[in-house]
Amino acid sequence: MAVVFERPKALLDVPTHYCPGCTHGIIHRLVAEAIDTLGIEDKTVGVAPVGCAVMAYDYFACDMVEAAHGRAPAVATGLKRSLPDNVIFTYQGDGDLAAIGTAETVHSATRGENITVIFVNNAIYGMTGGQMAPTSLPGQVTQTTPYGRDVKTAGYPVRVCEMLSTLSGVAYAERVTVDTPAHVRQAKAAIQKAFQNQIDKKGFSIVEVVSSCPTNWGLTPNEALQWLRDNMLPYYPLGVYKDTTGGDK
Amino acid sequence: MALQNILLAGFGGQGILFAGKVAAYAGLMDGKEVSWLPSYGPEMRGGTANCSVCISDEPIGSPLVLAPGALLAMNIQSYDKFIDAVIPGGVAVIDSTLVDKKCSRTDITCVYVPATALANEKDLAGLANIILLGTLLKHTGFAAEAAVEKALSKCVPPKKQHLLEPNMRAIRLGMDY
Amino acid sequence: MKGNEALAEAAIRSGCRHFFGYPITPQTEVAAYMAKRMPKIGGTYLQAESEIAAINMVYGAASAGVRAMTSSSSPGISLKSEGISYIAGADLPCLIINVQRGGPGLGGIQPSQADYWQATRATGHGDFHVLVFAPSTIQEMVDLVGMAFEKADAYRMPAMILADGMLGQMMEPVSFPEEAAEVKTVAKPWATNGHEGKRAHNIVNSLYLKPDQLEKTIIDRFQRYETIKATEARAEEYLVEDAEIVLVAYGATARIVKSAVNTAREMGIRAGMIRPITLWPYPVKNIQKAAETAKHFLCVEMSMGQMVDDVRLAVNGKRPVDFFGHTGGVIPAPGEVLEKIKAIAGGAK
Repeated sequence: MAVVFERPKALLDVPTHYCPGCTHGIIHRLVAEAIDTLGIEDKTVGVAPVGCAVMAYDYFACDMVEAAHGRAPAVATGLKRSLPDNVIFTYQGDGDLAAIGTAETVHSATRGENITVIFVNNAIYGMTGGQMAPTSLPGQVTQTTPYGRDVKTAGYPVRVCEMLSTLSGVAYAERVTVDTPAHVRQAKAAIQKAFQNQIDKKGFSIVEVVSSCPTNWGLTPNEALQWLRDNMLPYYPLGVYKDTTGGDK
Repeated sequence: MALQNILLAGFGGQGILFAGKVAAYAGLMDGKEVSWLPSYGPEMRGGTANCSVCISDEPIGSPLVLAPGALLAMNIQSYDKFIDAVIPGGVAVIDSTLVDKKCSRTDITCVYVPATALANEKDLAGLANIILLGTLLKHTGFAAEAAVEKALSKCVPPKKQHLLEPNMRAIRLGMDY
Repeated sequence: MKGNEALAEAAIRSGCRHFFGYPITPQTEVAAYMAKRMPKIGGTYLQAESEIAAINMVYGAASAGVRAMTSSSSPGISLKSEGISYIAGADLPCLIINVQRGGPGLGGIQPSQADYWQATRATGHGDFHVLVFAPSTIQEMVDLVGMAFEKADAYRMPAMILADGMLGQMMEPVSFPEEAAEVKTVAKPWATNGHEGKRAHNIVNSLYLKPDQLEKTIIDRFQRYETIKATEARAEEYLVEDAEIVLVAYGATARIVKSAVNTAREMGIRAGMIRPITLWPYPVKNIQKAAETAKHFLCVEMSMGQMVDDVRLAVNGKRPVDFFGHTGGVIPAPGEVLEKIKAIAGGAK
């Protein structure tokens, strides 16, 4: 019997701790598929963040390092400078990458570190129970913005791809989402390209995946995807923000 | 030779640290134990600069010279600050172009050298520090003359070897003063 | 050679090819030296965006299995403390240099030893230790850098060189071990450098959500610490054998104390000195042994009295332990220390 569907090899056969309807599972799978397709599991080292994906080191079959909150790009820098022929990626959430780790993100990007950054943006701190994230939308109700995010006091959400695309060191920045099969296919292509860029020594590549958090948004998985479409995508438009690699997408 | 504790002091940019380095290297060339400790501050130029140089037959204890046997002073502030710290029987070499004071202490040897003026006169601008070091050498014998010349050729960077000859002249000028 | 440069050259000769730093007085020459040398020998010098990033780059490089280091001065070490805790928690070896300056806060830039507690008690959050080496000459800086890398590898833990601004800035002659000398390295089968299809995936991690699991990793680590305490404590003893007054000092301060001890001996006072070379593990046995015969201890530091805690713990009430020090960048003078010794000697009669 022909096998038409199976678990990517780079994803271990273990149950994850993610909530029902969480898109981390899909994004993990896309990363693993890219690693499989490019045949790089044996030389890939992933860096897990602090946040919901903190235990990603138990899920990926490649070597994994767990970083302190926000420091994944610095840890990845240390790995890549020591192992220039290996493939190094970070997998980070919005609080990790765009709040506590902003300096590490911006500077690894501007140095043009030849690493791949997978950035999962769901506009909320998931693991600690739903507090305001740097990417929470204006008016968004969270545990720490109980009256909605007031931009007068809490400021505005950070648009990471737009910001990083101004830096000369960035080779590739694309924002994707995973709310529909078509978008999942786009996301898969983007993630694979971000890894391919590293193999081709093109420099810093980031894929921002606009994601959902049904648990902390207080919605069903389907409602959450609809909320994502109605609220997140207008503020975080999908698309390629920077691509200096010249290759086909 | 007994322990030589030398304190060199002046403004940043006068070559205080360089002169100290030459003295320390000269001690090293003589086979002595040496240490060189600069003061360091936030300003790179114009602030006060001083450095401690110890030359001894024994391993150096504290590298910080608080009671110098020899003082090289290149401005009023340094003179005022350190002249009383010189140990009895010690030597103070003072750039009299920049310090218009005379020391009233009778228990130390004070040598006044208009080094900055001399340097300008003899086409050795910027080498007042080395002229004074030459005078200090004559009065203390902190190292052999040949060791000082060897030290100079070590301390003058390879890219600035054209400055070696003027430095040698400056040392001799100071010794002959 | 300048102390800071000697540290850097020694690290290179110990096989370190990955340096991550951030400028801060009075250690900047370490970084400057690395910036000059590393590109010429195929190594990495990287000026990070912060001390925090630098120590996390060290974490990454150490995970990869290479000899990695960072260097800083007091306020910068505070920033690195997060990373040091993670490195200890993940059992990674690395070298951290602290060329101490006065604190707290921005403090000053002159020499200080006020980070003793930080280095030996709380280099970061959690139950852990860091190997702490305290050189007192430029030559010893060179020797201890090599040892620090070796011990860090052997025990899979961070090592620190705790120096100060005086040692960092001063120049003394040094000799380096032969360039050809074999760099002792150990296999690192735990490194995350790509499994190459030959082993299960490695994980470098300090997270254990189950308390019993976390406790076990810590207890295992502390068992290693017991071995280290029993075998790795080092100190220099100077005229201790017949000493009535034993001074205890480390680093640059020990040089000042040695001068004072010599003068005291000339005056007929039987003074001696114990100079801890490792601050963790602390040379408890040397102090205990001296406490059998000496009448009085005097600890001298460039702080308000931090190491004196360890002296008191070791002496354990057997003898009086006095303290003398200056802080904030003020350097104790040999004469002041001598006065203290004379006062104790006078009182003891």
